[in-house]
Amino acid sequence: MRQGVPAVVNYFDMHGVEEALRIKDKYGARVTVLTMGPPSADKALKQCISMGADEGVLVSDRAFAGADTLATSYVLATAIYKAADTWGPVDIIFAGKQTSDGDTGQVGPGIACRIDYEQLTYVQKVEDLNPETGELTVHRHLEDGVERVKTKTPVLITVVTELNVPRRASLPGMLRAARYTPIVWTTNDFEDLDRSKIGLHGSPTIVSKTWVPEPKHVETEMLSGSAQEMSSAVIDRLFASELKQSLNWA
Amino acid sequence: MAEERRRKMIGLQPEGEIDWSEYKGIMVVVEQRAGQAKPVSWQLLGEAKRLAQKLDAPLMALVMGEGVRDIADEAIGYGADIVYLSDAPELRDYRTRPYSRVCLKVIRTYKPEIVLMGATYTGRDLAGAIATHLPTGLTADSTQLDVDDERLLLASRPAFSEKMLATILCKQFKPQMATVRAGVFQALPFDSARAGEVVEVSEDMREGDIVTKVLEFIQDTNRVNLEDAQVIVAGGRGVGGPDGFKLLEELARTLGGTVAASRAATDLGWMDHAYQVGQTGTTVRPKLYFAIGISGAVQHVVGMQNSDYIIAVNKDANAPIFQIANYGIVGDLFEVVPLLTRAFQERLTPVVTR
Repeated sequence: MRQGVPAVVNYFDMHGVEEALRIKDKYGARVTVLTMGPPSADKALKQCISMGADEGVLVSDRAFAGADTLATSYVLATAIYKAADTWGPVDIIFAGKQTSDGDTGQVGPGIACRIDYEQLTYVQKVEDLNPETGELTVHRHLEDGVERVKTKTPVLITVVTELNVPRRASLPGMLRAARYTPIVWTTNDFEDLDRSKIGLHGSPTIVSKTWVPEPKHVETEMLSGSAQEMSSAVIDRLFASELKQSLNWA
Repeated sequence: MAEERRRKMIGLQPEGEIDWSEYKGIMVVVEQRAGQAKPVSWQLLGEAKRLAQKLDAPLMALVMGEGVRDIADEAIGYGADIVYLSDAPELRDYRTRPYSRVCLKVIRTYKPEIVLMGATYTGRDLAGAIATHLPTGLTADSTQLDVDDERLLLASRPAFSEKMLATILCKQFKPQMATVRAGVFQALPFDSARAGEVVEVSEDMREGDIVTKVLEFIQDTNRVNLEDAQVIVAGGRGVGGPDGFKLLEELARTLGGTVAASRAATDLGWMDHAYQVGQTGTTVRPKLYFAIGISGAVQHVVGMQNSDYIIAVNKDANAPIFQIANYGIVGDLFEVVPLLTRAFQERLTPVVTR
């Protein structure tokens, strides 16, 4: 695995960080944690340092605000290239499945596509990794079962929480984190960044309106009487409906 | 190095004005495993048919896989006018690269103005890659779709901690893309007499060039399947803990249904996330839904409001859940649920007298 630099995108995703650290413990690797967000995200980066990550990078600039999936994946892909220039080739990228309401689980695939990496989503287990050949086998969590898939680095992996239990910080880790100041990259740090493709301006999707949905109009019948009476009344009404037939209530 | 980096950045938006007028019609990407189409694909065709009629444009389906000719015919029965069929051994299992390649070729050749996929694990994996490649805008996890007079796709999804819905547009590029939750829309009745056209699409692929290999798929028969459940007994914060859910399980068992939970109950660890109904969980459409100790937050309601019959049991007479319930019981669920269970048992179990 050349130099081995798993990078981790999406802050608050400690499962991806944990898996990268396990690879580091076993085979030796440099773990860089990369996140795009507001300055306050540096706390999460320091937590990753306390767990054992080598570097924490905060990609932060007002110009990135309002970005949709396409603009976000562009900035993060650019940052991953810069991380590779700074610390060496990036073999594995771990990304969270989903961080918050706004994120849709599409940023991971977006990054993989942009930088032309193999893409494995919803990974719940890394079964095997060969550091010599870069071959790895993982289990993907799907709706109806588990898929065992084999691929080769470079690869981007999005993880689910079943993957592992993130470790607690070690004492030396905490000491290092206390002294550590996360690296901050702004638009000025990316020489090739096309400013027309970032932030709100570089996002093809726009929110045209937001509203509180009206509840579906239903004629609600509130039952009355004792608990016993109300329960029987509901059941009488259900048995008198088409449910009796459609649910095969003989 | 800088030159190489620039070359490798895939999916940069084209500059200037582009004429998108050639893009016409709606395309639904059909998802299948082992020759079985996923129900969400037919649900999408059902809703897309309505949109296609509004746009006066064709409804297309894209079927990819190995030995999936039958699915192409099925897609016509569910409403597609034209089915693009790519049948190849390299497409036996879903893998991002070969599927993206076919999908991109079909989109670039046949130019749909709207592309829809299920918001399933596979759909999200593929949609994220396709939208970046093209590139175009993608609205994920939509729960409502419409089109306006300017042929814009209005894709709505919950936002702001799921208390509201946001309508998202992509004015700049075509196709306009969205992934859509399973269980939200209804499939049209299957019509075996419907006529349509199947167009075969081939893409030159060699297995040796595809890095990722699927070794096996292990079906999980115990996996919670809320989407297909006919009866759901769901509990929320009011249930009070894992013990309370045992009462719900008994009622569910009596009715041959399954238990489910609100986000509050899964966040508190009372039930596994797999049981969660709502925007961050599963969207369900059972024939009968019991909402027990659930207040009825928007994020829950959007996931179950299309149930045929909703029965709400809550201590609080003002709980918003009552607004969408067919029948409401204000009372103590610890008293009411066992009564419901017993009454159903009495009426459903055949009494054998000798």
